[in-house]
Amino acid sequence: MSETPFDKVLDASGLNCPMPVVKARREVRSLEPGQVLKVISTDRGSVKDFQGWAKVDKKVDLVGQESEPPEDPVTYIHYVQLAK
Amino acid sequence: MTVADIKIDKTSAGLAVFEQRIALLESRLAEVEDNQPEDKVSMVVFSGELDKVLAAFVIATGAAAVGQEVSMFFTFWGLNALKKQSKLAGKNVFEKMMGVMSPAGTEQLPVSKMNYFGVGAKMLRKMMKDKNVASLEEMMELARELGVKMVACEMSKDVMGIRDEELIDGLESGGVASFLGDSLTSKASLFI
Repeated sequence: MSETPFDKVLDASGLNCPMPVVKARREVRSLEPGQVLKVISTDRGSVKDFQGWAKVDKKVDLVGQESEPPEDPVTYIHYVQLAK
Repeated sequence: MTVADIKIDKTSAGLAVFEQRIALLESRLAEVEDNQPEDKVSMVVFSGELDKVLAAFVIATGAAAVGQEVSMFFTFWGLNALKKQSKLAGKNVFEKMMGVMSPAGTEQLPVSKMNYFGVGAKMLRKMMKDKNVASLEEMMELARELGVKMVACEMSKDVMGIRDEELIDGLESGGVASFLGDSLTSKASLFI
């Protein structure tokens, strides 16, 4: 289990590219600076997508990523922080 | 030579030269900063096939979501993706032919491979729906919501006889200079 604290959860299960990032963007904008959004996705591509997002967008930081179960993961979890 | 080795001429004439050089460097720096590309992606959408237009909108919505300004320039067959209806009244014979043979909206767009008179497009839509991928129409709506700028090429509209009332609302109209204005200040520019 994760140690990363979060303030809000977005379940993007079942959604495909580019929807997890698009929905997460909408949610993360509703947070206060410094708060963290936990995004649950079933899209394998979302792992790189969230890394790419954090790389180009100065307004967000990716503070954690994990997949469950560790072997043959079915869900991918991303922790996105609205930059302070 | 290290910084400590540099001997500054401390006479007033020497300092004046020094100040001049700093001013020159500052103005050059401002120039470089002005020419920095913006957080922007620009696209030419030339193709009018479902798969290609869809690819354009996936990139557009994705780019907008990650904080980029997005501008899409629709020209030639790409304009078919912006149609809401086809009207033949008031067109000349070639324009009418073009109108009859072109899709009158996104629902009628063919696929670029294995179209088979529209069966391929229907199949692709079904397969995408089964995999929970957003449809082109949803994607376009989303692009709107995310503030993606869509420009319809004035010259193509004119050549193909496409009237404003045939196109969806909220489009801008422009030519090559408007695209270049966006493209040359973008970090990425695509032709689809």
